[in-house]
Amino acid sequence: MIWLTWRQFRASAAMIAAALAVLAAVLGLTGPGLADDYTTGIASCTTASGGCEDFLSRFFGDHQSVFLAVTAVVLVLPALIGLFWGAPLITRELEAGTHRLVWNQTITRTRWLAVKLVLPGLAAITAAGLGTLAVTWWSGPLDKAAENFPRMAPMQFDARGIVPIGYAAFAFILGVTVGMLVRRTLPAMALTLAVFVAVQVAMPLVVRPHLIPPVRSNVEITASNLDGLSSAGGPFRVETTGPAGAWVLSSHTVDASGRAVETVPLTPSSGPCAAGGPPEQSIATCLAEIKRLGYRQQMTYQPASRFWAFQWYETGIYAALALGLAGFSFWRIRRRLS
Amino acid sequence: MTAVIATQGLGKKYGRRWALTDCTLDIPAGRVVGLVGPNGAGKTTLLNLAVGQLLPTAGSIEVLGGSPAASPAQLAKVGFVAQETPTYAGLSVADHLRLGARLNPGWDDALARDRIEWLGLDPRQRAGKLSGGQRAQLALTLGIAKRPELLILDEPVAALDPLARREFLQGLMEAVAEHELSVVLSSHLVSDLERVCDYLVVLVDSRVRVAGEVEELLASHHRLTGARRDPATLPADQHVVSASHTDRQTTLLVRTSSPIYDPAWAVGQVGLEDLVLAYMGRPAHTADSSRNERPALQVHSSEVHR
Repeated sequence: MIWLTWRQFRASAAMIAAALAVLAAVLGLTGPGLADDYTTGIASCTTASGGCEDFLSRFFGDHQSVFLAVTAVVLVLPALIGLFWGAPLITRELEAGTHRLVWNQTITRTRWLAVKLVLPGLAAITAAGLGTLAVTWWSGPLDKAAENFPRMAPMQFDARGIVPIGYAAFAFILGVTVGMLVRRTLPAMALTLAVFVAVQVAMPLVVRPHLIPPVRSNVEITASNLDGLSSAGGPFRVETTGPAGAWVLSSHTVDASGRAVETVPLTPSSGPCAAGGPPEQSIATCLAEIKRLGYRQQMTYQPASRFWAFQWYETGIYAALALGLAGFSFWRIRRRLS
Repeated sequence: MTAVIATQGLGKKYGRRWALTDCTLDIPAGRVVGLVGPNGAGKTTLLNLAVGQLLPTAGSIEVLGGSPAASPAQLAKVGFVAQETPTYAGLSVADHLRLGARLNPGWDDALARDRIEWLGLDPRQRAGKLSGGQRAQLALTLGIAKRPELLILDEPVAALDPLARREFLQGLMEAVAEHELSVVLSSHLVSDLERVCDYLVVLVDSRVRVAGEVEELLASHHRLTGARRDPATLPADQHVVSASHTDRQTTLLVRTSSPIYDPAWAVGQVGLEDLVLAYMGRPAHTADSSRNERPALQVHSSEVHR
């Protein structure tokens, strides 16, 4: 049975393996150069007067498109596995009628399905594992430079660490299960994609923020955490940044009584926040006025230190989903499918 | 000898439609059984129940004394050539033999190779490139080389041209003679089965109409021709299977175990094909009419008692 499974699987396995090989080649060729640039850049900027901020933003800007492309590959890989390995696994047999041939050899359906799930399932886990490992290694320097994409934030979190392995296992078994229910390859692929995307969108929006209760903080608005004061001529809106690397879930300004407000009663046309004069000084005056009026910033966020805890929780959730679907598919093949 | 297929009140329902109803059969071992009936009569359903491809909605089925497809041992005993003889289009003939060898502990590799050679199939040829007849032969080879006790074939020759049909059935009969297989095969054409079967099951409208040894069936059915008369006037032990009338003449096909002495009839023999066609042609409501009358009578009699 292992031979037959491999014989049927090897063409689609080769497709994903080739894609991974291309990815590995690109990363292998560019990775060392990227790391060198980063080391030399950091070495020179720490001794310079302006600090490293300029260097980091320039470094990230230079490599942003590759960084995003590589991240996208890791995000898309599980979906591809679900579509091209999972969905056709059973539907191809049902469409060609070959299930009636193979189920009448001296092998029970349960064992047949077990081998068919385990072999490509392990391949899916391996592919996703290699993909995330390579990308995590390659983008190490960029992850440090990418201030706007902290490690905890959805896109980066999804493409780093061990969660892609969970995604791949889930996508694969999702494809198999949908295929069993739909029984036709193309509709099964479409439905697998739709369900997988829905789950992947729902996870960071609905589930992940609450895996561990987020940290709540109420901080003074200072020059170091200020992200910007924006105004369309009227009162200012205050934007702040969270702690380094944190995933900020909510952030709003509150007044002295603790009520959330959209804006502070200061405008760019007059008063302490009026435009004009040296920028540092006017910002300082403006912030001092905001502080005097009692405005503070209230935030909820998931700190960067929880990265691995979240990675394990989420991988566990996806593994549980995958096991549940596998259990369902075993029940289905024994009782209902024919 | 144990029955190869024994069913008790077996039924299978798809949604609201019964594909097979109240099927009770006891097919002895060592026979070549023809399962015949029009398309959609429930032949495929019955065979799929026998190989465990389907689970029954009602009743029970035992194949060679065991529950279908319940264990590897049971699977090893029953070979199945499914409808349209499916094979893996992307795998070569040699791959199929390898599949058979890997998945069946009792695989007879020499038999499989000899058969492929005898058929003149190129082992490197992909199954998708084979003709319908060749594909059917490949599927049959897989079924035989597994060395089952019972081989079940679902409409194996339906898609084949007359020459391929004859070759296929010939190959099947050689295997039966050589390996002492019991065989159940279905067809909607009696002519396919006539030469090979010694036991017949006729399935019409999801019900078993008649089942038995071909010789017994032929011996117990007679064609009666005579002056026109009402079939209801026949003796009680003569069951009318079909009746046709012209202005002057009545022709009946009757089943009876006792000899027919009535001099009014010219008694003739019935061929297997005519016999099956008579059962197939009989409208379902005549078969059920006795059933429908009974409740009415019961109601009537209970009223009388009151």
